[in-house]
Amino acid sequence: MSRDQWLQMYAQMLRIRVFEEHVNELYTSAKMPGLAHLYIGQEAVAVGVCQALRSDDYITSTHRGHGHCLAKGASVDRMFAELLGKAPGYCGGKGGSMHIADQERGNLGANAIVAGSSGIATGAALAAKRQGSDRVAVCFFGEGGVGQGILYEVMNLAALWTLPVIYVCENNLYNEYTHYTETTAGDLLLRPRAFGIFAEEVDGQDVRAVHAAASRAVARARRGEGPAFLLCQTYRFLGHHVGDISRAYYRTKDEELRYKAERDPLRILTRWLVAERMAAPEEFARAEQQVRAEVAAGLQFALAAPYPDPGEVDRDVYA
Amino acid sequence: MSEPVIAAAVREITFGQAVREALAEEMRRDPAVFIIGEDVAEAGTPFKVLSGLVEEFGRDRVIDSPISEAGITGLAVGAAMTGMRPVVDIMFGDFITLAMDQIANQAAKVHYMSGGKLKVPMVVRTTLGATRRSAAQHSQSLQAWVSHVPGLKVALPSTPYDAKGLWKTAIRDDNPVVIFEDKLMYQLKGPVPEGEYTIPFGTADVKREGRDITIVATSSMVQVALQAADLLAPLGISAEVVDPRTTVPLDARTLVESARKTSRVIVMDEGYQRYGVTAELAAVIAEGAFHYLDAPVTRLGAMDVPVPFSPVLEDLTVPTPERVVTAAKTLCGRA
Repeated sequence: MSRDQWLQMYAQMLRIRVFEEHVNELYTSAKMPGLAHLYIGQEAVAVGVCQALRSDDYITSTHRGHGHCLAKGASVDRMFAELLGKAPGYCGGKGGSMHIADQERGNLGANAIVAGSSGIATGAALAAKRQGSDRVAVCFFGEGGVGQGILYEVMNLAALWTLPVIYVCENNLYNEYTHYTETTAGDLLLRPRAFGIFAEEVDGQDVRAVHAAASRAVARARRGEGPAFLLCQTYRFLGHHVGDISRAYYRTKDEELRYKAERDPLRILTRWLVAERMAAPEEFARAEQQVRAEVAAGLQFALAAPYPDPGEVDRDVYA
Repeated sequence: MSEPVIAAAVREITFGQAVREALAEEMRRDPAVFIIGEDVAEAGTPFKVLSGLVEEFGRDRVIDSPISEAGITGLAVGAAMTGMRPVVDIMFGDFITLAMDQIANQAAKVHYMSGGKLKVPMVVRTTLGATRRSAAQHSQSLQAWVSHVPGLKVALPSTPYDAKGLWKTAIRDDNPVVIFEDKLMYQLKGPVPEGEYTIPFGTADVKREGRDITIVATSSMVQVALQAADLLAPLGISAEVVDPRTTVPLDARTLVESARKTSRVIVMDEGYQRYGVTAELAAVIAEGAFHYLDAPVTRLGAMDVPVPFSPVLEDLTVPTPERVVTAAKTLCGRA
């Protein structure tokens, strides 16, 4: 990996962070309809994985999906437009925060059913194999998704048929408002391993570790060696959604502060780059300026954009 | 493609053969089509409808799957979104409940949620119908469940001819389609021309013309309606039998026209009557032909009970020709 590639990953994580901060602001200032599930704190997972992919590889995403979409190459202006229900949004305003799809970059869509896209990702992998391409498919889901039966059905299929799919489990510790240890029996990694699926645990706050593990999994899949499972240990810095402000009943303020202070994926990368003398602090400041300008412009675009024509309401129900 | 006029000496094949022939022709035509399901390959399904396909197309295109209805349906949604045209075989209609999230929340919504960018050209093939002494979990007719969800199309063939034509249309359609086949109909023979044809969705078929009463019937109930019409004829009641063939899209116009002509209507479907397909058909006819009707539309669906095992009880739960005759006589003031 070159210096430029690390800086690019930094900028991408920062883009997600700043985008999400603006989304939070849109919500609290009542400019955004509905809710949003913020990805802040987990940026290294989406960026580390997506940087290991080609633009024609597939991903499926979750209700907490803005990070995955941006990491796969979506632009902030059309993302904001979708979140505001505007016509130039990625889905013409019909999908919203939880359903952004970006076909041109292989993003088969965010899904608001927990683990609901695991079948889709596995099917995309089947299609890739059947079509003789070396594309791979990545299925992002939270640790809450391991409670869903379909995940085990499709992991079984993927292992049986050696499909090029990578299941990326982002363990942000909380199934909504409940710590995952209250919902998850046994050793989580043994679940994919029971199917004979190659499985690794990764520090999800370290984009370099995520990228390395994802690159190994992707290379295996491209070589026809079948599915992999990455358990990325991460942390959701904010609430389950933008409105989840009072969180003391399920986790302590101390825990949050500790993660923010010690486990911030952006700071972990910048500290390493500086220590390795690969980048100077001014470069991060410059990148931040650029990203902030881009996100601000994207938001202005979306705020000024028109709403969909009412005639759109019953278009696209059928192809 | 329009429907050809059936020649006098057209061959007769069974309903099951018609389904198989449609699948084989479409698989020859389009390499993106594949079948996935439990025991679809060498076994050819428990009803043997798919027998022979694996020999011609191989195990990569006729794929035996684990018993994982949700998983294979989800897999098919993803494959359909990325260039394939899967046919998912769900052995019994009762088992679509296991795949319902993938059908209702994924397949049905992907096109709309993505603002029209992604498509899901897949077919879910399953069965309906009671009176096989299979009890409550192998006998239901759940077409109302899927007919309710926008984004899905639903086909209910009632003859070998319709089965073949509707199947070919389903495979070529860019939307998720659910096809229900009556398990008791696989051996039913009927004329199916040799040549290529498709039947457009949303075109009802008048199976028998009549003057005095309209019987709208789907799938398994079409044969019941035709038998009832035979019984009504000697009583001087001329019954018209109309088969919508697809509940979504629904050819409301043909139904309403027939209702306006005869002024009396019975609607039949083997699904549960309460909140069922018959309720929708009755409402559509009432809205479109209210001022032409001499009586309220009569619904005949399955009894609102889990399908019982004992033959004595099970036979009470589904409409019979005799019950249709009684209802028709009442509507015509001949009770």
